[in-house]
Amino acid sequence: MSSQAGSIDRPTDWRSLALRLAAPVGAALAVVAIAWSIGFLADPDGPENALIGLYTALGLNDQAAALSREGLEPILSKGIIAVVGLALGIGGIWLIYLGAHAVLELLGPRWLARLTPWLFIGPALFLVGVFLVFPAVSTIITSFTEGEGFVENYGFVFTDPDMLIALRNNALWLVLATGGSVLLGLVIATLVDRVKAESMAKTFIFLPLAISMAGAAVIWRFVYAWQPAQEAQIGLLNAGWTALGNDPVPWLQTPEVNTYLLILIMVWLQTGFAMVVLSAAIKGISSEVIEAARCDGARESQVFFRVIVPMIKGSIIVVATTIAVAVLKVFDIVYVTTGGRFDTEVVANRMFAEMFRYRDLGHASALAVILFLAVIPIMYINIRNLRRQGIEA
Amino acid sequence: MTERALPVTLAEAGRAPGKNWLGYAGVRVAVVAIIVVWSLPTVGLLISSFRSPDAITETGWWEAVLHPFESAQQWSLANYTTTLGAEGMAESFINSLIVTIPATVIPITIAAFAAYAFAWMRFPGRTVLFAIVVGLLVVPLQMALVPILRLYTDLDLSGTFLGVWLAHTGFGLPLAIFLLYNFISQLPKDLLESAFIDGASHLTVFIRLILPLSIPALAAFAIFQFLWVWNDLLVALVYLGTSSDVAVMPARLNELVGTRGDQWHILTAAAFVTMLVPLVVFLGLQRYFVRGILTGSVKG
Repeated sequence: MSSQAGSIDRPTDWRSLALRLAAPVGAALAVVAIAWSIGFLADPDGPENALIGLYTALGLNDQAAALSREGLEPILSKGIIAVVGLALGIGGIWLIYLGAHAVLELLGPRWLARLTPWLFIGPALFLVGVFLVFPAVSTIITSFTEGEGFVENYGFVFTDPDMLIALRNNALWLVLATGGSVLLGLVIATLVDRVKAESMAKTFIFLPLAISMAGAAVIWRFVYAWQPAQEAQIGLLNAGWTALGNDPVPWLQTPEVNTYLLILIMVWLQTGFAMVVLSAAIKGISSEVIEAARCDGARESQVFFRVIVPMIKGSIIVVATTIAVAVLKVFDIVYVTTGGRFDTEVVANRMFAEMFRYRDLGHASALAVILFLAVIPIMYINIRNLRRQGIEA
Repeated sequence: MTERALPVTLAEAGRAPGKNWLGYAGVRVAVVAIIVVWSLPTVGLLISSFRSPDAITETGWWEAVLHPFESAQQWSLANYTTTLGAEGMAESFINSLIVTIPATVIPITIAAFAAYAFAWMRFPGRTVLFAIVVGLLVVPLQMALVPILRLYTDLDLSGTFLGVWLAHTGFGLPLAIFLLYNFISQLPKDLLESAFIDGASHLTVFIRLILPLSIPALAAFAIFQFLWVWNDLLVALVYLGTSSDVAVMPARLNELVGTRGDQWHILTAAAFVTMLVPLVVFLGLQRYFVRGILTGSVKG
């Protein structure tokens, strides 16, 4: 700061004057460029019109006419959007920060120091406000006022027969998918800790985490595939099932089992996450502690349950709460496999249906609020746990 | 197995074949069994995607593994040409790229600025604002769907790439700020102070010092966000829709499940095309990814 104050005394040469003028000009240009890009990107025919304008400006009227007659190749149009988008995404955002900072510098060191923090957090606060704070408030209000009002919107959640099934399924998902992933993750983390090709083994278990839930849904639809009894079974599950002498079962259409089979997909996806975090936690335990327990005559199972599990309790809670939040909001798996039919409905899928199939925004908002309320206690456990770890560490 | 009380871990027993080798072999068999079970569904999909439509419906994919050369005509690449061309997966692939790259870069830039300010600047309301931003991690995506859809309809942003970029940016910011704050606030204080004594502005320090030092954290979050956006179905369905000129790959894949429900030659190839980029990113950058997961979910 002091050096900037000192520079005022020095005679201003042409270069610093140009720099001072460049700042507001640059900021103004940035605003124009960004406004233009946003308008351009919001208009599906933006690339086409821009090219026509460019051709006309260059005097290439034939090309301009041809283009407006035939339209732009979709791929080319898309390429232009992608380039402008990247330019706006990287360049435009940096222009905002740099231009605004230059303007602040003009105001002098005092204002610069006072306003720079707001420049740095301003865009983040604005976006978070528009995309999270405002919608959260708006959804709560909508759930109270839309349609026939609060009583009907929330009454529907707890009385509609399909919704009761959805709530029961979400409870099953919450318990079984979370418990299953954490338990399997813990077991696998303990097992792979003892083999030499540990990192390779982990990669295989971890891999599904990179796959989209929609992709996983297709993978498992194929495992659960069903063909009539006289035909060959191409789904792994029915092939094994019929090999045992049973009739093939259309698993996903069978209400007694289908929800459990969908939960299995989630366990398959999330176990790798649990394993990685818990494995790191297990490695964090000093080997002396475990050796001491073994020297005292503890059996392996005792070492596991009495020493390892209590010592990584914090990590287990982190993993369980993280997976539980993801499980509560589960949508893709159900949407792609069964669409919520055959008694597999869950809250998030029903919410999507209320939005787009039934066009009932009151019901949809009430369901969103229910999900929100369900997430809060889990996050509370998570934060309290992190705090306690912080104090102990 | 009477030697259990001996202070010999199973891994050590593996290195020095002693009396515990049986236990070690048991663990190894268990690990191999788990890996096989875990991989079978994906392997089945991958193998089937290279089989002809008739072969897929006539025999299980494991038959092709057991007798790979029994009927040579069962293998083909036709599923991929159909999927990429007629079924529109190639176009969706480009759409996915257009959605994902800006939706990864924009939030990281904005979050890095904010995280630096929260970590190293003193201004009124800092603690409260940071608590609010992190607290927004609690808000499920679903809370934002209806109001933002209304807003986008008013602003004509529905079905545009710009709308999806902004939505992904807004939804991703709390986690991004939280993760980057954890990293940036741990950078050594002396380093920054000496820069300020030299008269550097916050902007200079941020660009010259903080960003280069934060590359591991930026990379970790970039991978996170990239995979999240690439694999996202819900946000894409709500704000972008399923028309072929904008549909991303998970949305297109879901459309195919609806229209080609039993044509496994198309579905298997389509699913694998969808998974290709995440798998490459994941396998190539696994170390950063794991580090990101560990810092994101565990303190420190």
